[in-house]
Amino acid sequence: MIKNFKKQNVWFVFTPYLWLVLFFFVPLALIFKISISVSEWGMPPYRDLFSLSENGLEINSTLGNYLFIFSDPFYIRSYLNSLSLAFTSTVLCLLIGYPIAFYVAKSKPSIRNILLIMLIIPFWSSFLLRVYAWKVLLQGSGIINSVLIHIGLITEPISMLHNHYAVILGVVYTYLPFMILPLYGYLVKFDLNLIDASNDLGAKPLNTFVKVILPLSLPGIVAGSMLVFIPVVGEYIIPEMLGGSDKLYFGKIIWDEFFVNRDWPIASALAMSGIVILVFPIIIFQLMYAKYNFRNE
Amino acid sequence: MNKLFFKIFTLTIGFSFLYFPILTLIAYSFNDNKRVMVWKGFSFRWYKELFHNEQILEAFYTSLKIASLSATFATVMGVMIGFSLTRISKIPARPFFIFLSSSPLVMPEIILGLSLLLFFISSNHIIGFPSSKGQLTVLISHITFSVAFVAVIIQSRLSSYDKNIEEAAQDLGTIPNMIFWKVTAPVILPAILSGWLLAFTLSLDDLVVASFTTGPGANTLPIVVFSKVRLGLSPEVNALSAIIMLIVILAAISIYLINRSNIKK
Repeated sequence: MIKNFKKQNVWFVFTPYLWLVLFFFVPLALIFKISISVSEWGMPPYRDLFSLSENGLEINSTLGNYLFIFSDPFYIRSYLNSLSLAFTSTVLCLLIGYPIAFYVAKSKPSIRNILLIMLIIPFWSSFLLRVYAWKVLLQGSGIINSVLIHIGLITEPISMLHNHYAVILGVVYTYLPFMILPLYGYLVKFDLNLIDASNDLGAKPLNTFVKVILPLSLPGIVAGSMLVFIPVVGEYIIPEMLGGSDKLYFGKIIWDEFFVNRDWPIASALAMSGIVILVFPIIIFQLMYAKYNFRNE
Repeated sequence: MNKLFFKIFTLTIGFSFLYFPILTLIAYSFNDNKRVMVWKGFSFRWYKELFHNEQILEAFYTSLKIASLSATFATVMGVMIGFSLTRISKIPARPFFIFLSSSPLVMPEIILGLSLLLFFISSNHIIGFPSSKGQLTVLISHITFSVAFVAVIIQSRLSSYDKNIEEAAQDLGTIPNMIFWKVTAPVILPAILSGWLLAFTLSLDDLVVASFTTGPGANTLPIVVFSKVRLGLSPEVNALSAIIMLIVILAAISIYLINRSNIKK
């Protein structure tokens, strides 16, 4: 720690501090305020929390927006759909990504560097365009349907777009590099002699994997899962482009509530509940995991 | 032998899955047909149309401008945060500062976008700033979520290197200001560069936050692309994808070659 950091250097701390208070904290506080306000016609489309009238100071605050959300299964289902989408795709990314990361990390250094570059290229390329690529592939006249018809598995093109399987596929595809890269980061540091040692001592391959390799790559698994789970929970683009009306997700509900229905208080209440239901568990998990790591060190 | 087969099999399937959609998109960008998936013949038609599409070109320019400005501001503030949290002990309400600088990482972008938009509208009502939504509001929003990512990179670099170097400099009578510029900054330069690059790509790739905070004359590339492909397919977007892939592949190969020559030295 630098002890006598000069007084005139306080701007070093306070520039980013103020920025984040102003553009991150105040906006969040504002949506909390709007979420407990009463909707009304006009601009802005909600009534002020405090107003002066002939009866004195009036407080126009309500929990009605929250009650409305939690009494409607439509909204509750969208939270559950988002959670289950995030969970399913994280597990699938892990199952697909782990063997890839493992074998890339175990390759000879010369091949490994080329494979690593090949992992980074999709990671860097535009997210939106990679989702769009699946929209092209899954079309009725798309390449997958053409191939299936050509080999005689189907006679008519089947509609593969606009359902929640297409959404899962799109999510797994776009987020796979986010899982593989941190896994690779931990597996590449892994001492391969440990596998030989475990084999020499008579452990079966499965035992070696469960008792030696898996625990040592746990930090990579956690990091990769977080990088997939967190953004997928609020994902809007993929359900909008590949999904249909069979399952609605949290991100799209907020978007529509704001842009289509123009109901600011409900959109804000959805966002606040989203923070509590979807984001807090992640923060709590991270704190617990940090504590667990700290104790084990 | 069995093991080697399994390894090659896994890697082939894995990389095919990653590359098949991208390569199909590139292949069909040369298709001389308005209907994207029906092959008619090889042509550069959509590339020509792409380079005459004012809307896309302007959006591309806007995106580059916002991304480079956002990355630069976010990197400066990210370095300030990383340095403050690892090196300065007296920060008022330190846990709150940590909360502020790390929670944008876990905040869904849709909530971030909504809250910033409502904030801009309200502050326009109250103090008249920002006067309208546009490039400035998108820039402010991008800086806000990128700062957290840069701060994490800088922080992990700063906490993993030997603080004794700084203390030695201090013992030798270097003033704290100089310590940062002459000792700390050179050591964390690679982290600063990768932070800038990450912030740049985050801004370039962002659709959700920009859609909320944009206004007239501030359509970024993802916004324009999304409006074209939301309901259908667009052969021009295929051509655009091919160009972006080419840029990314060239960048990746040059980084690979630079790394290899550095290792050889």
